[in-house]
Amino acid sequence: MSLNYLLRRLGLFVVVVWAAVTLIFFLPRLASERNPIVERMGQTAASAGKLGEGVGEMVKAWEAKFGLDQPLWKQYLRYFRDVLHLDFGYSLAYYPTKVIDLIIKALPWTIGLFGVATLISFLLGSLGGALLAWPKAPRFLQYLLPFFLTLSAVPYYLLGLVLLFLFAFTTRIFPLSGGYPVGTVPSLSFPFILEVLRHAVLPGCAMIIAGVGFWALQMRGMMIIGLEEDYIAFAEAKGLKGNRIFFRYALRNVLLPQATSLAITLGQVISGGILVEVVFGYPGLGTLLLKAVSGFDYNLISGIVFIIIIIIAVATLLVDLLYPLLDPRITYQRRVK
Amino acid sequence: MKALGKRLSRVGAYCRRNPKLVSGVSIILTLVLFWLIGSLLLSPTRAQPISGLPDQPPSLRYLLGTDSNGRELLAVMVVGTGLTLRIGILAGAIGLGIGIILGFISGYYGGLLDTVIKGIVDVLLTVPPLAVLVVIAAVITRAMTLDSMIVIVASLSWMLPTRTIRAQVLTMRERAYIQVARLSGMNSLEVIVKELMPNLLPYLAASFVGATAASILACIGLEALGLGPQSLPTLGMTIFWSISFSAMLRNMWWWWLPPIIIIAILFVGLFLLTAGLDEIANPRLRRRM
Repeated sequence: MSLNYLLRRLGLFVVVVWAAVTLIFFLPRLASERNPIVERMGQTAASAGKLGEGVGEMVKAWEAKFGLDQPLWKQYLRYFRDVLHLDFGYSLAYYPTKVIDLIIKALPWTIGLFGVATLISFLLGSLGGALLAWPKAPRFLQYLLPFFLTLSAVPYYLLGLVLLFLFAFTTRIFPLSGGYPVGTVPSLSFPFILEVLRHAVLPGCAMIIAGVGFWALQMRGMMIIGLEEDYIAFAEAKGLKGNRIFFRYALRNVLLPQATSLAITLGQVISGGILVEVVFGYPGLGTLLLKAVSGFDYNLISGIVFIIIIIIAVATLLVDLLYPLLDPRITYQRRVK
Repeated sequence: MKALGKRLSRVGAYCRRNPKLVSGVSIILTLVLFWLIGSLLLSPTRAQPISGLPDQPPSLRYLLGTDSNGRELLAVMVVGTGLTLRIGILAGAIGLGIGIILGFISGYYGGLLDTVIKGIVDVLLTVPPLAVLVVIAAVITRAMTLDSMIVIVASLSWMLPTRTIRAQVLTMRERAYIQVARLSGMNSLEVIVKELMPNLLPYLAASFVGATAASILACIGLEALGLGPQSLPTLGMTIFWSISFSAMLRNMWWWWLPPIIIIAILFVGLFLLTAGLDEIANPRLRRRM
């Protein structure tokens, strides 16, 4: 891996971070003249009955507190500094709580659910796809592919709704919503972990089922090309067992490019997953985002969106940096050039 | 007449070789027909609130029942299918248009402009579309109209077409027939319109379908979060309302199930269409499939 490549890749990462902050700062301010403070006051007024005199002064005081009375470029610089310290200010909807605290509480749920579901779906799909291209694989797999491909065209969360109806509402095998039973305190005890798993099964399945077809199709395409390589013919000529050729010769070589597309599609996975959380009322970032949206909580919305963009940027950066180390073919090509 | 017949039979023969394209087209056409016939038979006012009794199960009077606001769900489905298709096709067309302009500039002229365009596309492609859309949509929720929805969704549907078209233009730019065209005195614009465009048609069609599908996905996602046009009975808004009125817990399957079925059919149709067009665009895929 050349220094040039490393610097270019890190440069792209910095640009992504900068673009994310800038987008998040300017989009809401460009898109409307609505004042979040007034908006929030109106909500309080609506829920608490009537708001007395001096609303103008109250708005002014709050604006000074949040720095909204300063020129735009100053606000931008200040915002940039704060965001780099992961300080997104206070949540407007849950006022005394800081945005970052809400995010930190939600993040493990999202990462746990998405991470495990994506990994299972990736492994199942890749193995299935590889077997589809393998001449000695059982025939019934051929009929499964169109079925899962059809499902992969449907958004995760719609699949989630159907699963919810079948397995939670009608048959009551799994809980209807949430990440753990209402009324229990999160702890690291065995029964609690069991409950967490039980709550994660349906949202996880929605993401797994919808993802398998996509991975299988992609893997099959690469496996077909991979099986035409000379070293496969050589391995067969040597008289190696089918299993060994499949796992050690064919699968291993095509798994790497497949892993890169895992990082590339991460953005799509998270977009779809946000809505899965909403459907299941799962206590992760997606549900938090819905709450932020319905409470006009700009600080919370921008905090969540920034964190999501950063997670994806870091993941792609890691894959791009690790990839040349894992796959010697890449560095080889580079040297030839 | 004979030539036409011959041509038709050749088209028919090709269709038999590409069943995905045929089934994709017929699924989309079925949905369009559902919308057309539905709009003729049912007045769109029946998709508005309090056009019927609230919370009615399917009956002869209300074929698909009504929701808690008294919207007739069959009418909602008809109107919603039309709206969703319209948002998708218009946003997809805008995305493709921007993609064609940027992709050709970037791929054909190259240079600094190419570096800038490619950089922007690469950065934006790593950002999850829904995240950015939520930021925009959250600020204009109440003022959201069909047109602003189309523009917002289209603003993030041009990157993939740009990238595909740029890549194709790059490989075609150096072909012999392009050089012949240039030597025979065509200017750049003529080369692009007369020589490159026709050869890229299958790619443009596939890009268009892809951009349309991405737009519909983004738009239904936004709507399911409650960020769509509030007063319009789109498919995604129906899902949002059914979730916020807990239709499932109240056993009102006629509320939440039909939009899911229509959206699923729509996506499967678009998926098959893309796969079919890919086979035209990349003939090498044909052998493998």
